[in-house]
Amino acid sequence: MSDSNIFIVSRELDIIAVREKVREVAKSIGFKIMDLTRIATAVSELVRNAFQYAGGGKVIIKIVQNQYHKGIEVIVEDHGPGITNLDLVLNGGYSTGKGLGLGLSGAKKLMDEFFIETNQNNGTIITTRKWL
Amino acid sequence: MEKSTIPILRLGNYLLTSPQIAIHDKIAVQYKDEILQKIVETKVKGLILDISAIDVVDSFLVRVISEIASSANLMGCPTVVSGMSPAVAITLAEMDLSLRGVFTALDIEKSLKILRGEEMRHT
Repeated sequence: MSDSNIFIVSRELDIIAVREKVREVAKSIGFKIMDLTRIATAVSELVRNAFQYAGGGKVIIKIVQNQYHKGIEVIVEDHGPGITNLDLVLNGGYSTGKGLGLGLSGAKKLMDEFFIETNQNNGTIITTRKWL
Repeated sequence: MEKSTIPILRLGNYLLTSPQIAIHDKIAVQYKDEILQKIVETKVKGLILDISAIDVVDSFLVRVISEIASSANLMGCPTVVSGMSPAVAITLAEMDLSLRGVFTALDIEKSLKILRGEEMRHT
């Protein structure tokens, strides 16, 4: 399976479009309502962060397959300022924006795999997966 | 600013509003203003914010809902958030998000009972 969708996020409305697309792709491979909600919510947090802190970014949605399961992979990439205090952010309760400071840590809890690459002034790439 | 287009209906002594669309930032600000304005105009005794049609509640929307409820409360208009779906409730709990200080109810009927004081309030 190498289906993939690429979206450019530059307006706030794109956040909703992306999470609806993610939900649709996840549903098409068999995810049910509870996981669909977890995935859509996690992606909403990640894309909102990219929009808020970096003015937008790129989202790649892929159907993936490991030895045992099918799954969905979502990559959210931005060219913003990067995350300087990653530990704090991932533990929740830290925010510089309009959120509750629980966006990234919350998204991480909802997904099965979660990787962050971040460089100061060079942007952030978050790769996250959920397996069926 | 353009209107939110989300109906805010009067139901006896209360206001009922039930967004059927995903709420984004600009609508959220406008919607909050419209609700508070309507509370002043109608002098109602309570607000029911029904979120049964909302399928994604992220930390942004939790903040919007909390702000609506706490502003309405400050104006003397208690607010009940009703109809959260099981999937949304589980997701929020897993993210450690909660609606602190906000009354919640299973549905609109139970919300009305809470506002009328016929049922215990849960925050």
